[in-house]
Amino acid sequence: MRDVAVIGVGMTSFGELWETPLRSLWAEAGLAALDDAGIDKVDLITIGCMSSGIFTGQEHLASLLADELGMAGVPATRVESACASGGLAVRAAFAEVAAGLSDTVLVTGVEKMTDVDGADATYALGTAADSEWEGFHGVTFPGLYAMLARIHMRKYGTTREQLAQVAVKNHANGLLNPHAQYHLKISVDDVLESTAVADPLNLFDCSPVTDGAAALVLTTVERARKIAGDKPVVVITGSGMATDTVTLANRGELAELGAVKLAGERAYAMAGRKPEDIHLVEVHDCFTIAEIMATEALGFFAPGDGGPAVEKGLTSLNGRIPVNTSGGLKSKGHPVGATGVAQVVEITTQLRGQAGQRQVAGATIGMAQNMGGSGGSSVVHILEVI
Amino acid sequence: MTVGIVGYGAFVPRRRIKLEEIAKVWGADAPAYKRGLQLFEKSVPGADEDTVTMSVEAARNALARSGGVDPAEIGALYIGSESHPYAVKPSGTIVAEAIGAVPALHVADLEFACKAGTESLFIAQSLVKAGEVKYAVGVGADTSQGAPGDALEYSAAAGAAAFIFGADEDLILAEIIDSYSWTTDTPDFWRREYMHYPRHGSRFTGEPAYFRHTMNSAQGMMNKVGMEPKDFAHAIFHQPNGKFPMRVGKKLGFTHEQLETGWLSPWLGNTYSGASPIGLTAVLDIASSGDLILLTSFGSGAGSDSFVIRVTDRISEVQDLAPKTRAQLDEDKIYLEYGAYAKLRGKIRMAE
Repeated sequence: MRDVAVIGVGMTSFGELWETPLRSLWAEAGLAALDDAGIDKVDLITIGCMSSGIFTGQEHLASLLADELGMAGVPATRVESACASGGLAVRAAFAEVAAGLSDTVLVTGVEKMTDVDGADATYALGTAADSEWEGFHGVTFPGLYAMLARIHMRKYGTTREQLAQVAVKNHANGLLNPHAQYHLKISVDDVLESTAVADPLNLFDCSPVTDGAAALVLTTVERARKIAGDKPVVVITGSGMATDTVTLANRGELAELGAVKLAGERAYAMAGRKPEDIHLVEVHDCFTIAEIMATEALGFFAPGDGGPAVEKGLTSLNGRIPVNTSGGLKSKGHPVGATGVAQVVEITTQLRGQAGQRQVAGATIGMAQNMGGSGGSSVVHILEVI
Repeated sequence: MTVGIVGYGAFVPRRRIKLEEIAKVWGADAPAYKRGLQLFEKSVPGADEDTVTMSVEAARNALARSGGVDPAEIGALYIGSESHPYAVKPSGTIVAEAIGAVPALHVADLEFACKAGTESLFIAQSLVKAGEVKYAVGVGADTSQGAPGDALEYSAAAGAAAFIFGADEDLILAEIIDSYSWTTDTPDFWRREYMHYPRHGSRFTGEPAYFRHTMNSAQGMMNKVGMEPKDFAHAIFHQPNGKFPMRVGKKLGFTHEQLETGWLSPWLGNTYSGASPIGLTAVLDIASSGDLILLTSFGSGAGSDSFVIRVTDRISEVQDLAPKTRAQLDEDKIYLEYGAYAKLRGKIRMAE
């Protein structure tokens, strides 16, 4: 297996980008990544996108988007794993380069979510749950995560305030990220007083509906060294993916995200690393409870210690293990198909020392954890600078 | 030629429903709605109140403040509303007949979501300015609809405001200095034929619709006359809820004191075509000679009309000649439970 490096990153600003269609968002991010890499030809394009059909009425994205960059002819593949589509697009590209099928791949993630109203967006996202056993009975994602939150609170004593502190921290980080959807300082009281969505989760516990795209260029470490000159080269040292039951009712343990744990273990094994080695992590905080559960599943904290860790500031920008320096899904925004790619953009930017005011000093090893549905799939990558 | 308002009047129904009463029925989070929308209660039309009856009341109040305008000399009357009682048959003829302005006059009903009221003001004052008619009446009135359980149900309210325009300098109580409109095709809210309730484009109604049009119209108006926020004693913006007009006013550089008199929506709700015009009546009720007023409406679809108005000496003579708007808002209220409200708003399907 060949070693794989990230040689280009790019992303659009995230937000309600009503004037910009899906293809233009995608092209902006893709061109930014190609520019950053300093190349104009790739052997393959991978695209993470969850639901362009429902959100915009457009399928057959891979060919459409390849043509948008004037690259018709280049092989292109769209991958889908709900909100983990982006992470899976990274993994698909990683596998191609590692296996020697492609030398250089443009990895992209995109979602255009604001062309539909709230009810249609809820429906589109709801297709990531089990339609027959969950969706048709009226459950939506805030409801599913509210159940996970309740179970976590009952089993471990996680508090309502600890959930709120996740949002407060991520908004504080988002203030330092020019690409973030929200530049908004919030307090614990703001979260506690925001509109109830699904008890115990309020509006400010939920990630927003977002338009945006993100992109990477992956190639072999050998080629990366040639292109980079004396610039730092960021290598993907671990890639792990796992599935779990999509239906919460079929899960043996509800206070733990099994797919995240397994995907993390696989990524750690490939990289030869353990949780203590990681300097910063982007986790999939689609809801505040998800961040707490992800940090436990990835081994940064023992089960039940994720809540108190946020309270103690261990996951803050200057904490023991900074979590979601980008602002996370909560503040940066969550264009579902783009999220997993944007997480790797953030980690690469940090490892290159280019994260500006939110830079984690001396970070050389980082992790990105992306998740689909209520934990039915998860993709974890470990990146290191050499 | 100087053209201005020679008479003004408002009408607000006595009935109210509190936000909590609506939230209780739909299991909604009332405290969060109150904080988020800054709405506490809204007016509800009674069984015998509709856009026409409210327009008549408001027009009669305007005549009472007009210093003896002969209704027969009114050459034009326009009613802006999105709740004309008839789909086909004008509201304006009934109102013109009721105030004695028929038959030698031009009448039309206007519709432009929440902006139709200021359209009627714009056309009425323009005809006077052109010398086509001696007096013209512009009315904004609505008994607006909100689907049961929809966010609009917390705001959709009822009320009317009427203004008589003329060029007789002895009668003008507020001079229209200039106007400016800003319009694009932005479909943020609509009701098609045969639809009982309107639909709205969720968050699309905020930034690209209300804020963009209101800001551009108000700023364009101030640029046109070479004025800035500090020049005005009062500013009134369309008020679909309590939050939007305050936010847009502060973004433009107005202070709370400049905005509060015309800010009625927290206790009145959104009277659609009546909203910013009723706000103007509340300001005129307390205004002093020389006060400059900025009025900016907004209608979905979308557009904003702005006016710069200067109050004259005559204002103090007319303020007490008809019921004041704030008094109609604050006094003699009848609070309804949801059942009675649903009956009055036609939300209960009756036997045919």
